[in-house]
Amino acid sequence: MANDDVARLTLPVGTRDHVQGPADAAVTLVEYGDYECPHCGRAYPVVREVQRRLGAKLRFVFRNFPLSEGHPHAQHAAEAAECAGAQGRFWEMHDTLFEHQGALLDRDLVEYAAAIGLDPVKFEDDLRTHAFKSRVREDFISGVRSGVNGTPTFFIDGVRFDDSWDVETLTDALTAAARRP
Amino acid sequence: MRSANQLLAAGTAAPEFALHTTPDQLVSLNDFRGRPVILAFYPADWSPVCGDQMALYNELLDEFARFNAELLGVSVDGSWCHIAFAHERKLRFPLLADFEPKGHVARQFGAYREQDGTSERALFVIDSEGVIRWSYCSPVGVNPGADGILRALEALDPEAAHGK
Repeated sequence: MANDDVARLTLPVGTRDHVQGPADAAVTLVEYGDYECPHCGRAYPVVREVQRRLGAKLRFVFRNFPLSEGHPHAQHAAEAAECAGAQGRFWEMHDTLFEHQGALLDRDLVEYAAAIGLDPVKFEDDLRTHAFKSRVREDFISGVRSGVNGTPTFFIDGVRFDDSWDVETLTDALTAAARRP
Repeated sequence: MRSANQLLAAGTAAPEFALHTTPDQLVSLNDFRGRPVILAFYPADWSPVCGDQMALYNELLDEFARFNAELLGVSVDGSWCHIAFAHERKLRFPLLADFEPKGHVARQFGAYREQDGTSERALFVIDSEGVIRWSYCSPVGVNPGADGILRALEALDPEAAHGK
């Protein structure tokens, strides 16, 4: 919150979330991100690397924060990842979207869905009917309420991480958090 | 020299003002009497942080509407500049030009930066009676987000806070 010292995650990590890493990991990293945001695109390999370095000590959660006016494809991309999530393939779509940030038209999304083996009829149907629009908005509002002011915004064990998110700094912060009892 | 800690505080009646939002259209604070007003002073159109902040607020207009609140952006840029900025960023709320005399309204709210000739990045939530109920000055380079605004609106109207 603006007047407090630190911003905190208002929606705890739970069963609604997309999670990588063990539930009892020593430290949890939450990212609020936008698939069309170039900064998030740069953060994507950084997160991959800190995941590699911390291994089972780290639990990673991704939540949607599409800023649609500036990023016209971000909302649909976020919904596409949720459509894939409904078929148990959230992370495959998440990775594909960040690896193809320049090609996020609906026809691209459909192509990616096919490539990762989703049921194409269900995927297109869910995308067309905006089946996960409210879910994406829920993520967005939870971010706003937690003090997310742009993307990417990270939280380490529920506290907003305002430092630089390069590999070394983020690894150090996560390692320190993982050591805390 | 005024500084951040002289921002008008909660409990103060908001100074009345009338500013141009387009070259031939004025917006006054008392146009909104009966509704909460969110007044967002920012240093400049086009600067990266301001853009992100306004883009975020643009996504939250539905949320502010639940409280029947009106969002007004204010900077010392002129109305032609505001028009171009709002058009380019697809902003769907008024931007007011605190342009002549420059920074006059920002000064009245204690939100002017003499050293830079711009306003602070300062937020005010003003209630339906025209009284400031919350104010906050962010470091100029930091986007203050919207959590403080939403909390202040909820405090004004707890029912809207829980109704969806």
